[in-house]
Parts: sequence; C-alpha cells; structure tokens
Amino acid sequence: MKTGTLKQILLITDGCSNQGENPAHVATMVAEQGITVNVIGILEDDQTEQPSGLQEVEDIANCGLGVSQIVYKQALSQTVQTVTKQAMNETLQGVVNKELKQILGDQQSLEELPPEQRGEVMEVVDDLGETCDIEVLVLVDTSASMGNKLPMVQEALMDLSMSMNARIGRNRFSIYQFPGKKKPLEQLVDWTAQLDSITSIFSKLASGGVTPTGPALKEAMYQFGKKTLKRRFMRNDFRDIEEA
Amino acid sequence: MISETLKKPDIQLRKGQKITGKWHHKSYQIVRELGRGAIGTVYLCVCEQKQVALKVSKQSTSITSEVNVLKTFQKVQGDNLGPALIDVDDYQASNGYMYAFYVMEYISGERLESFIRRNGDEWIVSLLIGFTKDLHLLHQQGYVFGDLKLDNLIVSRNPIRLRWVDVGGTTLQGRSIKEYTEFYDRAYWKMGERKADPGYDLFALVMVVLRIYYPNGFNRGNNPKRTLMQKINQAVQPAPFRKLLQGIILGHVKEAIEVKQYLLTYYYQQRDKKRSSYRTLNNSDEESYYPLLEMLSVLSVSGAVYLYVTIFLS
Repeated sequence: MKTGTLKQILLITDGCSNQGENPAHVATMVAEQGITVNVIGILEDDQTEQPSGLQEVEDIANCGLGVSQIVYKQALSQTVQTVTKQAMNETLQGVVNKELKQILGDQQSLEELPPEQRGEVMEVVDDLGETCDIEVLVLVDTSASMGNKLPMVQEALMDLSMSMNARIGRNRFSIYQFPGKKKPLEQLVDWTAQLDSITSIFSKLASGGVTPTGPALKEAMYQFGKKTLKRRFMRNDFRDIEEA
Repeated sequence: MISETLKKPDIQLRKGQKITGKWHHKSYQIVRELGRGAIGTVYLCVCEQKQVALKVSKQSTSITSEVNVLKTFQKVQGDNLGPALIDVDDYQASNGYMYAFYVMEYISGERLESFIRRNGDEWIVSLLIGFTKDLHLLHQQGYVFGDLKLDNLIVSRNPIRLRWVDVGGTTLQGRSIKEYTEFYDRAYWKMGERKADPGYDLFALVMVVLRIYYPNGFNRGNNPKRTLMQKINQAVQPAPFRKLLQGIILGHVKEAIEVKQYLLTYYYQQRDKKRSSYRTLNNSDEESYYPLLEMLSVLSVSGAVYLYVTIFLS
C-alpha cells in the first residue's frame, strides 16, 4: 500500500488571532488540499484555567482535521512529537479505512471490525507509520507575548526532528514565523531533514499586538503548493527520460 | 463532516459500574482506578469472582497495538513476559461512543521505590537479576519495552519479583520508540537516539534505579552526561554496581544478558565474602549455610569449655 508523502502544518501559538480571515475557516481550506493542520496552544505558567482565547486552538485543529493540545511550555517537547505522530497515525488510518471500504463494502472501518481482525489491520497501520515519508511545516507565532517561550519552542523542534528521524521513513521540516516584518509570513528554515543545528532562529520578535493567524495559515498552504509544483516539474522531466 | 471532526471525549468509569463487551458479552464490575496514562486508564475489575485489570481508551488503535504485543508475549513458552491477556472487546458508553478495552491478569504488589524503602537497597541487585533476565527474553523476541519507568513497574509477592505492568510503549526493534517519558529517555539526556534497541531499555533501567534515590528527579543541566555521572557517584553505594550503571549510561554495556551476568557475579562475590568471614570466625572447613546452626555450635563449644573449666580446673 502506498500513502505518498504526508503533509502537516504545525501551528504553535499562545493566543487568539486578531487580524485577517478566520483561521478555522482557512484550516478547512488547507485540509481540502490534503494537508493536516495541528495546533499547539501554550499556556502561561500562572494560568490554571484555559483562557477563552485558546478555544480557537481546538477549532482550527478540528477544521484542519488535525490534533490539538494545550500545554505549559515545560511539556512542549513531548507534546510536539506526540501531536505530530498522532496526527500522522490518524491520517494513515483514514487511508487504511478507505482501502477497507473498497474491499469489505461501505459500512466497514477499522473500528467496526471484530477485535480479532483489527489486530492484523493495525499492524499494517503501524508499518505505514514507521515507513511513510512526512513533511511538516512549522508555523510559530512570534508576537510579543511569545518571547519567553521561544527558547522552549526551539528545543521542542529539535526534539521533534530527533523523534521523527528515528523512523525508517524520510522526514522534511521547514520553519516559518508570523507575523513577518512586512508580510504575514516569513521563512526561517527552508526544507531540511534535520533540525538539530537550528540555533537562535527566533531572533527577530514582532512588536505590537498583531496576530494574523488566518493569513499566515493561508500563506503556509501556498508554500506547500509551490514546493510540490516545483518538484512535480522535476520529477516529470526525469520520468520522460526514463520512458524514452 | 462535523460529527467526524468532533472530538471523542475521554472515558470515565465509576466504581461499581458494570461493563459488558459488545462482541464477547462478558461483564466486568469496576472496583477502582489503578492508573492513568497518556493513552488510557486501567481499572481493577471483578469478573466471575476473579480480580482482573481492564484498560480502556478512546484511541481504539492504541488498544489494538497493545493487544498485538500482549499476544506475541503469550506465544513465548515458559516465562510469561507480560500480564496474561484475557479478553479484548468494545464498550458502548452511554454517551453513544464506542470505547475499545482489553482485560488482563491483575498483578498485585507494591511500587518498587516503596518496596526498596521498606526492605533496604540490597534488594535492588537481586530484583534486577530476575528483571534483566525477563528483559533479555523480551529483546530476543525482537521487541524493546520502551517506556520503562517506576510507574510501569511493580514488585509482586509470591514470588517476590520485579514485573512490568504496562506494555503501551513496547516497540519492534529498529523502529522509533512509541512512548517515552522524558526523565527516562536516552535522547532527552543526549546519550543516544530515540530508536528501539536493547540499550534504550538498559538506559531507562539505570534511570529507574536513580529515581529510587532521587524521588523528585533532577534537572538535565548544561552537560547532561556529567550530571548523570555525578548523580550516580553521589547516590549509588557499592562501587561495582556504580561502575555497571555508568557503563550502561556510556553505552559500553548493550545487552540485558550482560547486565544479568555482571550482577550475578557481583552477587556471588558478595556471598563468598560473607562466607569467608564466617569461616575465619569458626575456624572450620565445613561450609556454613545457616547462621542459626553456627550460633548453636559456637554456643555448644563455649558451653563445653565452660563445663570443662568449672569441673576440672576448680
């Protein structure tokens, strides 16, 4: 079974958006493109209750068919890798469920199989999770209030790269921050397999209270599109040569 | 669309609640909660007057994965590697959602750290000898335990033995570790990859031992390797045992069987030392196994001498 490359956007933020279109709506569009949107909301150390602003975190992930989690910054490393892997597994289950429906008829999905048969199907999902290729575009909110959390974000991303690279499948990561200086989105790290060498990438903090989550998400979707388009051209070239 | 993306809520079972499986129709009555993890909750239950442990989760796939692991363990003859698997089923909750669960043998016992605190830390070595043997067997099956930590270990009575109770992190060798806890994770301490090899479990095992001495854990610091070495030097007493732990941390010891052999040799040396000290005390060549008998013999010799002195020399 082939799954192709899984595509994910990982949004790390600490509050609600206040500029541009509704991010949950944008997330729906992104999901339509086959890209999962996962969101991690970071709490302040002294926050004991979930502030209302972070309700948006769950909405975006729901619309983006992804996973959301709200954590304190200390737990960030472990959360980032759990969320990424969980979303990956859910996507793969979706793929397997589709296959199952084709084989067994419309009403069958993994959860509806008797437990005895579920085990074998699960082995397939586990295998796919270990071997599939994955691309993660990390979108970091660098508005002023995130300042004290960015060192932890950086560490969490290095840890994510370590977790993912222990798999057999290939990984590619890129990191963007928003808001950028003049644009809603600014690239920090271009597509790379390893994030272990990133140091002090979040040097420039945006001042002012603008958090354009929606526009940033939209821009991130275009970044994915651009890259695949470029690669498709290259691949096609090679294929022509091979066929000839 | 909306119903698909709506989140399935976590499941909370009440004491006394009865759970009946959808497929096998067996009923389980909840007694109390045993533990709660990232993936699911384990409850103590009663089924046909027997105590069993039931793990339920909203992630049916994780439950299925764990059942797969437990089934593999079941096939290994002789020693039972994990808790025995009893039943796998689905539970239709009153909120309309379906929750997957499995039922396993209930292992009663005590947490490792409280056992050691009660009985003394000389027990660590003897418990680890049995445990590393099990670990070696698990590694031979092509698996790595993964999420080895105090919360996942229990000291069972009759026989007294260190056993693992949660197989959620068990991973095929060569793959990326499924579940881990930062303090016990080799990659977190920058001492290696987060990949399933026997050394990963051994590293976590050293951290388990350290956690007994440092119940609140400790920070990584700027130089994680140096921190670990320091903490081992400060807490662990017998020098050979300390050397072993450091050897594992540095990756010199890679197999569970090596650890077992080393501990066994150390254990016998300890016993020989004790024995030889008895020997010098007794001045006899006979092997002395029973301290009580020795005491008796010492007493009777001294009694004879006393009699001799009082009768013949007075």
